[in-house]
Amino acid sequence: MFTFILRRLLYSIPVLVAASFLIFASVSAVGSPLQELRLNPLISEQTLQNITERKHLDEPIPVRYVYWVQDALTDKFGTPLFVQTPIWDDLTRVIPHTLQLVIMAELLAILIGVLVGVYSAIRQYSIFDYSATMASFVGFAMPAFWLALMLQILFTEVFLNSGVRVFYTSGLNSSDNTCTFCVDRVQHLAIPVIVLSVLSIAQYTRYMRASMLEVINSDYIRTARAKGLAETRVTLRHALRNALVPVVTVSALNFGGLIGGAIITETIFQLDGMGPYFINNLLSQDVYPVMAWLMITATMIIIFNLIADILYGYLDPRIRYD
Amino acid sequence: MTDDRKGFPAVDPLGMPPLAVGDTALTDAPPAHGSATVSDELALAYVSGLEVKSRSQWAYARRRFVRHRLAMISLVVLLVILGAGAAADWIAPYAYDEIDLENSGVGPTLDGRHYFGTDVLGRDYFSRVIYGIRTSERVALIVASLATLIGVLVGAIAGYYGRWIDNVLMRFTDLVLTLPGLAVLLTASAFLGNGNQYRVAVILALLFWTTLARIVRGSFLSLREKEYVEAARAAGSGDLRIMFRHILPNAMGPIIVNATLIIGLAILIEAALSFLGFGIQPPTPALGKLISDGQDVASQFWWLVTFPGLTIVLIVLCINFIGDGLRDALDPTQRTRA
Repeated sequence: MFTFILRRLLYSIPVLVAASFLIFASVSAVGSPLQELRLNPLISEQTLQNITERKHLDEPIPVRYVYWVQDALTDKFGTPLFVQTPIWDDLTRVIPHTLQLVIMAELLAILIGVLVGVYSAIRQYSIFDYSATMASFVGFAMPAFWLALMLQILFTEVFLNSGVRVFYTSGLNSSDNTCTFCVDRVQHLAIPVIVLSVLSIAQYTRYMRASMLEVINSDYIRTARAKGLAETRVTLRHALRNALVPVVTVSALNFGGLIGGAIITETIFQLDGMGPYFINNLLSQDVYPVMAWLMITATMIIIFNLIADILYGYLDPRIRYD
Repeated sequence: MTDDRKGFPAVDPLGMPPLAVGDTALTDAPPAHGSATVSDELALAYVSGLEVKSRSQWAYARRRFVRHRLAMISLVVLLVILGAGAAADWIAPYAYDEIDLENSGVGPTLDGRHYFGTDVLGRDYFSRVIYGIRTSERVALIVASLATLIGVLVGAIAGYYGRWIDNVLMRFTDLVLTLPGLAVLLTASAFLGNGNQYRVAVILALLFWTTLARIVRGSFLSLREKEYVEAARAAGSGDLRIMFRHILPNAMGPIIVNATLIIGLAILIEAALSFLGFGIQPPTPALGKLISDGQDVASQFWWLVTFPGLTIVLIVLCINFIGDGLRDALDPTQRTRA
């Protein structure tokens, strides 16, 4: 196991390097910052020269890549093109907010997905099973941004008509009162978390149902029943533990999808997370924060893929890597 | 069906696994339809000495698909919606950019045929949605065909030749999969898209081929060891002929299913891009853009957000049901039940 983890870690390094080059080369190739700057009449020739010099924009892409990596490693991604505030300060502000959202959504999705999936499987072809299947199909077909808007409209209407504030529909906080800070944050994040988790709930339900069905029809479950164990004990102790394995790994692999969903949800609910930060920099055509963002996210995805692999090996001892 | 399925539960470019993939290992085949009935008919035909009509594999697949009730209903609904989009110029009661300030902000009504209401400028949203469908289906068809083409080529070459070619191509595929899908698409369309529907379609296709490449590679890896491939080689067929005349037809099932699912995914992602302002730009109407146009006045004019969204849900739902039916029809060993 240890050698496997070590080997897998070492394998991640070339992947990370290749990903960084792919990100830098493609973004630099498509987004030519100088061209945009020249079109802007407010930027003088002198500033243009300063920026060019600071970011080595007159060099070919491979050379600029080396400068960029150097900047990233020694100076935490340096500064954006136009302003002098460090990229890292912004990133450390927004990343925790996004992680709060993503982790809460993931936990909610696993909880609901596992419960619904297991119940669907043990009551196969029941009305509950059919409704759950239908609901997950609708979940797959639902654009997250549309659901977000509909819920936003709904809860705003509820507030305007009844005056009761159940959930907030935009922003992260409304007060800095530390006593109610947590409650306040939950009220703000509740709808975004629900929106973000819908697609994952649909996925996990399907996975959980399928893997649970596969397990309940296996021989050792029949053995467990035959030796007279109670049905709940068979389901919870014997079947569920094995059926959870695929769902655990899938949920670790799902991180990239959740980040994508977070971009949309955070933008709609105006949460100060990675999504709006990314979108704003795309709008101002500033490639440096964009590349830093992509690099951080790719690193997180690689780490989660690693976790998925390790978890898989740990949870299912039949899988031998070495 | 062992190795071919390996790539199937893989995460696609946006981290969404294909529909109902979890069911692949299911053994809960409904007994009523499919091969069981067919072989019963055959047995009966032999016993009674009747002449047996020969059917190709495709004919069996078609029979299985036609019997899948939900998939057939979805197909009809989808054809109506897509047909309306394709014939937008004739069907839409108004032009998508026709401004009528007298009738601004009208709710859904049969009056003046504003079925989905009108926006602040009095533009008829029913017509705009129909034109939006036209844009969406164009984009989705381009994405599906281009992504399928790339995916089949990459997967076929990697699976057929194996060795270092396989290694290089699959490592590259893995690399593409480690990038955050939606963010890469946003970046690409921000810098390259120009709000043009065809450019956006090509950008989507360049990220959507990875899942299919893995599936096709899996099929080719196992199929290239089959006796008929050996026979074809002994008869003097070249690599290209073996790959595309002999192996590919036997790997078509998952390819068709995946192409169907890509159409649905492309519609969803294109809508999200357009909603965020990085996809298709006005004046071309797009469903995602229609929703974001209605966003600011959503509290007064709820219909501006509701109807384009419902249209997307309905289209994608139908496509996913059809994909499910196709999976059952083309690949009876992997039967699922919706």
